[in-house]
Formats: sequence, structure tokens, C-alpha cells
Amino acid sequence: MSIDIDTARRVAKLARIRVEEADLPALAGELSGILTFMEQLNEVDVTGIEPMTSVTPMRLKRRADVVTDGNIQAQVLKNAPDAREGFFAVPKVVE
Amino acid sequence: MSVPMTSANTWTIAAARDALRKGEISATDLTMACLTAIDAGDGLGAFVHKTPELALEQARAADARIQAGDAPAMCGIPLGIKDLFCTKGVPSQAASNILRGFKPEYESTVTTKLFDAGAVMLGKLNMDEFAMGSSNETSCYGNAVNPWKVDDRTLTPGGSSGGSAAAVAADLCLGATGTDTGGSIRQPAAFTGIVGIKPTYGRVSRWGIVAFASSLDQAGPMTKDVRDAAIFLQAMAGHDPKDSTSADLAVPDFEAALTGDIRGKKIGLPREYRMDGMPAEIEKLWADGAAMLRDAGAEIVDISLPHTKYALPAYYVIAPAEASSNLARYDGVRFGHRAKLAQGDGITEMYEKTRAEGFGKEVQRRVMIGTYVLSAGFYDAYYNRARKVRALIKRDFEQVFAAGVDAILTPATPSAAFGLGEMSSADPIEMYLNDVFTVTVNLAGLPGVSVPVGLSAQGLPLGLQLIGRPWEEGDLLNHAYVLERAAGFVAKPAKWW
Repeated sequence: MSIDIDTARRVAKLARIRVEEADLPALAGELSGILTFMEQLNEVDVTGIEPMTSVTPMRLKRRADVVTDGNIQAQVLKNAPDAREGFFAVPKVVE
Repeated sequence: MSVPMTSANTWTIAAARDALRKGEISATDLTMACLTAIDAGDGLGAFVHKTPELALEQARAADARIQAGDAPAMCGIPLGIKDLFCTKGVPSQAASNILRGFKPEYESTVTTKLFDAGAVMLGKLNMDEFAMGSSNETSCYGNAVNPWKVDDRTLTPGGSSGGSAAAVAADLCLGATGTDTGGSIRQPAAFTGIVGIKPTYGRVSRWGIVAFASSLDQAGPMTKDVRDAAIFLQAMAGHDPKDSTSADLAVPDFEAALTGDIRGKKIGLPREYRMDGMPAEIEKLWADGAAMLRDAGAEIVDISLPHTKYALPAYYVIAPAEASSNLARYDGVRFGHRAKLAQGDGITEMYEKTRAEGFGKEVQRRVMIGTYVLSAGFYDAYYNRARKVRALIKRDFEQVFAAGVDAILTPATPSAAFGLGEMSSADPIEMYLNDVFTVTVNLAGLPGVSVPVGLSAQGLPLGLQLIGRPWEEGDLLNHAYVLERAAGFVAKPAKWW
């Protein structure tokens, strides 16, 4: 599977990583190389094999659905690049 | 004590523990010895955030506990902590520019456990960005350097836990935490002549460790010998309700498992690990290691793990897929870096510019590969297929263990440490091949340990890997202990830094 420039542009968009137009051909080449490497997996007969979902065969723990934390607004906002009046601030989303 | 206190940084954890308990040294003096070594070791690029004040405060508290007779094994032991662990109030940025300035408001479970046991944190250690790399060259801090040096070149300490490996090998600390997603503890341990164990998936809590690939990530200790690995792992391991994949199993006494007796044990040598073009010295090291275990009374058997060849391609689908999801949180909103925006930029531009500026090249590459294999139309062809192959890789191991094999012996790495910059022009796949012997263990969730066994013709350390049954780290470490004693690896890097 070879990745063309349009696909590379689309993947970058989906990943929310800005890639300059001039860098797209190199990116497409690199991604194609990695995907070619992965294509070895097509040699394996996986008929009847379930995809692995859990590393160790154990049931995930359940806990009571109760509040265990909270009232730490200042701590939550402490590392924000832009926090105002108790909120995370971002550029305008809705016109 | 005949050893001068100024060289206490060269001690093992076990030796320091015993000396502390006997009152032959204080935790404060031990910590000072390490802080002095760290300041003299800046050329190694190992410590990227030093915390001397915190270390001395913790050391004084440890001294008080030791005097009160309340001293767990790790009490007063000075450690380095990989930058991937969140440490409260101390920069924790996974060697990434996107987390520049991030100081967690909380403490990871592993460091909480270590501090509760009285351990001392000397600072944060260099690594590959988000633990993605095998040479520590993707770090935003610059390279960590291998203390081993045989010519003009500076060598990689391996990765991603390169700073941890360099710091332990150069005696800047008594031990260090590492994390291992595809070999990131075991490969750097092998490149620097130290011991590193990746425990069974679920043995050590992942809570508060910056996530790379959640179904593969596992933290473990990097130490000067096997006994230290047992002591250190003991303090890190155990169930944590904050990590839903953490195993609710009792943690056995790992040090007590080091009996040195492996008579009657069955050790498998997987034929698929005999790769084409394997250097003769690696092949010889492997045969020598098998002979050492045979001489100790173990039975050596040839085994087959038929899907080994597909482990790397499966890993390089699954790990980037999980990473692309985990790293979606770096959006410039809640923590870390936010790009400067131009007039009229909206939230999408904020995300895209922030992530382009904040993530390095390798991280961007993996996030995009992960995005691609999870995208509509390719999910089944790549991601689901890789997960099926992963199930087969795990089954290979299960069948071997069911046939009575106690441990598996393999090389740890395909070569000795290579020069920094030597792989920079290579295809990314070339770098990925470093993980060829280690990555299967992460895919199957098994414990694996790297033990230094010999020196290459050039005089660089070479390691062997032992792979154990799930949850049997004690038995695995006992095998490693026997191998360590038989190999008698005592070489240290000559100090040039």
C-alpha cells in the first residue's frame, strides 16, 4: 500500500498536525515505507483468530460509582497555557 | 568500612541498604555522593532536571526512619526517575517540547510507592520523546551518552530509557526507573552493561506514567545487578485501584527467590531468534550463556516460536495506533505548550500548530501511522490483523510454557551500542530492528530481563535476555541471578566524562 500526497495530507489533518505542503512528498514516502514493512502481516493465516483485546486474562475491576475526587479547580487549571475565571480559555469556536 | 564514603555512589542497592541499617553511612552522605557524581557527569546528558534539595530533604527523613528502626529495603536509596513518570511539582515532560513547563499536581503510583518506602529522588532522567526511540536521540533535551567509550565516537546508551541506563552504568545513582513498551528497559540495559527487567504486564501500576501504548507499557527497575532488580521491583510492584489493568495479585518476595539453584529447570532457545546475518559474537554470547545455564544444572532445549518474524510489524501497527489515541490529549488546552496563533486562527489551527511545534519528528511519524491504521477502511486491514497476529504470538509462548519450559534465553540486542548519529540517515525501520528480540515479550505481556554477560570484540557490553512465565518474576530473576554469577561480568566503563 503506497500513500500518495493527498492521503498524507488527509492523515496529517486527521492527526491534527500541521504539515507544510512542501513536506508532504517526503512524509508520504516515509509512511509508505513503514506500511510496506507492515504488509508482511498479510502472510499470516489468521483464520478463526480473535483479535487480542486483553494482555492478561482477567476481568476488569469494577468499583462503586461514587465521587472520589473533586474541588481541586486550581490544581486542574494550574498547568493550562491560558486559564481565565476558572475556565480553560481557547480561541473562539463559534462565530 | 574500607570503601571511602565518597565512592558510595558506586554501591549496589543491597550494599547500601545493609550499610545504612548498620549505621556505617547516612542516607544524607550517600545522597551527597550521588549528587556530586551527577554534577560531575553533565557530559552524559543523563539527568535533565536535578532535584538536589528534594533529595536531601528525603535523605534526612530517611535517616530519621532508619534511626527509628523503621527502614524498608529502599529507605535512603538515591534513585534517578525517568522523565516519563509524573512527579509532583517537578518537571515531567516525557522529553517532549509539548510538555515544556508541565509540573504535575500529583505523584505517579510508582514514585509514591518508592517515596513511601523511603527512597530518595535525585532528579529526572533523559529518554526518547514519549519513549519512542531506541537511541535516546529523539529527546527534546538532546542526547544521553553511553558512559562506555572505545574510540573517538560517543555511543548511544540505547533507548528509550537511555538516561536511566547511562546514569546507573556511570554510578550517578544506585538505580533508576525505566519503562518498556518494546524493549526500552532491556535494550539500554544491554548497551550499558547493567540489569533491567520488564515485569509482567499488570505487575506495576501505570498510573501517573505518561502513556505511550497502554497495552504494552510497563515500568521496571534498572540496576547494577540482579539482586538490586529484585529489591527495587519489590518496592514498585503491587495492585493499584487507579490502574484498571493492574493485577490484584500478591507480590512475592523477589529477593528470597534468588536461591541460585536452577537444577532441573528447562530453558528454551527459540530457533526463530537465530536471525540471518546475526553477528558471530552475538551468536557466541548466546551459546556461552546457554552453556552457563546447562553447567548450573538446567536442561537446554530447542523451541519454536513460529510467529516471531511478525512481531515487529505487528508492534509497529499496534503501538502507533495506541499512541495516536493517547497523544490526542496534547492539544494546547489543559497543559503544556500552546503555539502562538495568528490573527483569525481558530481552534483547529491551534491544535495543528501546537502539535506540529510540540511533537518531534519521530513522534509525529508514529501518531500519523497510528491515525492511518485506525482510519475508516484500514482498521481491519492493519489494526485488527495486527491484533490477531498478536494473539498468535502470545499463543506461541503459551504453548512453549505449557510444554514445560521454565524460561527462554535469547540475545537482548542484535549488536553492541552504536554511535550517536550513525543511524540518523537510516530508514526508520532500521532503528526499529533494534527491538527485534525484545518486542515479542511486550506483545505477549510476559516478564523479560536483560543481563550483562560479556564484552564485544571492541570492548562494549553485550547482554542476554531471559523471558519468564507470567507473574513469575521471582523465578525469572533467579535464572538471571545464576546467569549473572556464571558470567561474572564486572567490567565498568573507564571514566572520561
